[in-house]
Amino acid sequence: MELIPYVVAYIAIGVFLIACVARFFMWSSMPMHMRWELYPVAHEPGRAHYGGSYLEQVDWWKKPRETSLMGEIKAMVPEILFLVALKEHNKKMWNVSFPFHFGLYLVIGCTMLMMGSAVLGALWPSLISGGLGQVLRLAIMACGYGGLGLSLLGAVGLLARRMSAPELKDFTVAADIFNLVFFLVAFGLTLVNLVVFDRDFSRSFAFISGLVTFNMVALPGSPLEVWMTVASAVLLGLLVAYIPLTHMSHFIGKYFAYHAIRWNDVPNLKGGVQEGPIGVMLNQPIGWRAPHIEGDGTKTWADVATRDFSKGKTK
Amino acid sequence: MNQPKSVKDIARGDEPLAHIEVSRQPPLPPPYDNPDDLPPITPLTDAARDKYVVLDDTIALNIPKPTSREEEERLVNKFLDGFHRLFNEADNWTFLQPLMMSVEHCAKCQTCNEACHIYEESGHNPLYRPTYRSEIFRRIYFKYIKNASRWVHGDIDLNWKTVARLIELAYRCNVCRRCAQTCPIGVDNALLAREIRKVASQEMGIAPVELHERGSMLQLEVGSSTGMNSLVVKDNVEFIDEDMSEKLGFEVKTPWDKKGADILLIHNAGEIMAWPENVGCFTALFNAAGLNWTMSSELVAYDSINYGVWYDDVQFARTALLHARAAKDLGVKKIVLGECGHAHKALTVIADKVLTGEMNVPRESCMPLLWEIVKSGAIKFDRSRNDFPVTLHDPCNYVRLMGIVMPQRHILHEIMPPGRFREMTPHGVNNYCCGGGSGFAIMSGHNFGDWRHHMSGRRKFRQVLEAFSNEPMGPEDYKYICAPCSNCKGQLRDLIAYYDAFEKHGICYGGLVELMVNAMVDAQPGFMDWEWH
Repeated sequence: MELIPYVVAYIAIGVFLIACVARFFMWSSMPMHMRWELYPVAHEPGRAHYGGSYLEQVDWWKKPRETSLMGEIKAMVPEILFLVALKEHNKKMWNVSFPFHFGLYLVIGCTMLMMGSAVLGALWPSLISGGLGQVLRLAIMACGYGGLGLSLLGAVGLLARRMSAPELKDFTVAADIFNLVFFLVAFGLTLVNLVVFDRDFSRSFAFISGLVTFNMVALPGSPLEVWMTVASAVLLGLLVAYIPLTHMSHFIGKYFAYHAIRWNDVPNLKGGVQEGPIGVMLNQPIGWRAPHIEGDGTKTWADVATRDFSKGKTK
Repeated sequence: MNQPKSVKDIARGDEPLAHIEVSRQPPLPPPYDNPDDLPPITPLTDAARDKYVVLDDTIALNIPKPTSREEEERLVNKFLDGFHRLFNEADNWTFLQPLMMSVEHCAKCQTCNEACHIYEESGHNPLYRPTYRSEIFRRIYFKYIKNASRWVHGDIDLNWKTVARLIELAYRCNVCRRCAQTCPIGVDNALLAREIRKVASQEMGIAPVELHERGSMLQLEVGSSTGMNSLVVKDNVEFIDEDMSEKLGFEVKTPWDKKGADILLIHNAGEIMAWPENVGCFTALFNAAGLNWTMSSELVAYDSINYGVWYDDVQFARTALLHARAAKDLGVKKIVLGECGHAHKALTVIADKVLTGEMNVPRESCMPLLWEIVKSGAIKFDRSRNDFPVTLHDPCNYVRLMGIVMPQRHILHEIMPPGRFREMTPHGVNNYCCGGGSGFAIMSGHNFGDWRHHMSGRRKFRQVLEAFSNEPMGPEDYKYICAPCSNCKGQLRDLIAYYDAFEKHGICYGGLVELMVNAMVDAQPGFMDWEWH
């Protein structure tokens, strides 16, 4: 019985990491594509604020190409933390989506703080028993209660909007409802467990400590108290494993949507590193069958792109 | 049916899915605020309704209704074959990653809808949501490519109506990508419209006749979608040179096929036919600035258009290669694109992944070069000659999609008296499409022109009226929409004519170089001819 939450947690973390890495590799190993950037591009130094680009210069290819990592960070951090695009363009949705997402960040923060505290406690017990430990405990509780509360509020709001807003209803499928209900049940049970049975997070902390130190001890407390913590841990574990297997993995996709597409303005300069891979792409077989292409799987893109249609028609 | 109730309606019923009543659209600003005064949308003929698939009040593609079960099945199967190719690396390396990203990660939050001028101006008809066609696309993808559960991704009935209507619906989007700008995740629903067009063209051989047979194919066959071959184009430009020389009071002569020139200038050949003064102005300005430049009479190289960018990657690549080949053969240092937005994006940005080695001749927009000319002081300008209200239309293709925002504004501020420039709201990279984007400006089959003016172009017309809202609106109170893009000019020309905005309210349009030449001190005054409308 005492091993169940640990085993579930290890498996969940494993599935989460493997699924995330697999998705990351899937997106990063996709073939080169045509440029399809969309302005503003955040790394344009001195121009990003109005959406300008290096293409505003005469002979842009002769100029040193400058990009601003700080510009990207200034755009990405508020977007990730506060969902600024959603706030600007869809305030009704932001009102429920922001607390949901920000709550998730706080819950992740709470978990990380517990893990960090557990590692510190294992390595330097004296460090964690003093003032720093007290600060960490307060931070853990604030993030935990705040995060779960905000996320639950957001999930209820999202569910209500999905089921009632006319513009969303037709696009809502069973999985959308299931996902939100899954969050509500997992976070709801966890919050109830904390409020009723584990107000100072001591049992939860014991579990996390056991997890990070690979010391899978039985959790302290009455059977009901232990059962509630185990149930919360198992549900949260299943949720962690489930997220990257669904479209909720958009946190990975979003990175590529911005960096590989929307902000990918790297030019193909003559003699540069892109020309080789482009040649490979153009020498792939093409199968499109419309009469003006007549791809048969043996002709290449280069073959069909250089077909001459002008013979006898230009005079 | 006035509007679909569900995405599943795409597969149901025989009647059109939507109908637009002008009186129920959001009213335009004065003096067009009375919907009863606006021209109605001409109904489709019964013959057209009987013969072709009808999605709404208009027809873009002329897809014949299948007459047998076999024809229905053939349509669906061909579509599915093409749909599979979209997700095949060799067949669609060109856009596979952006496509997959947009298919897999939509959270269906509907944020993008309000950014779409067509959906907004339709009075929020669900058919025109960017997400409506995309949701159908996604459901087909998850059902037929991924074999996923309908509980997870929704269900769709893929019959011939779904196929034909979805393809038609792909031509109710300007592919301006304003929706993509607002997506919190980075999903691009406009791209999906283009990918549907690709399946139709590249696999099924279905595309608007204006874009394909009379567009990109004609260009590849004779050199230009205008039908002009190299002899005719040179002859026409010679006539333009003579006319401009007479108007300006100094010799205007366009150089052709000059080996080793610094610049190969490529115009949209539509300018030569419809707005010859634009071509003449470029020649006058480049010569006056002392640039070493040329035009090319090689096949395709005198027409910068690349309609493939709207519907077909193969046609796109073919055209881009011919443009680059002409530049390579002439040995020029760079290609400069004239005032044509989609040509800018096609050759400067998208063709970047097609051109290699000697074909990789640098390409740039005319806007920075024109600004360089103004800054250099090589040409003297008299601002007082442009003493009338001017607003600037931002062509999506080189503003939102290439980030060329300021050079044209800097130029206007240098060649106009202070206080005469009116920015539209919104502008720059947040601009609205003119409504002619992605080929619409040259599509007028059946009553498509009516639909274009009432739906896709209505937001731009609204913006123009708002920009000039504090100006006198009499017919002699001339106001100028500076639209430095051939396609946008075509759309504005049609919009102004449709709403009678020149005759009634003095609203005129033109490019940027016309304003520059109008202010040239060395030119005879009075170049600006308000009858250009």
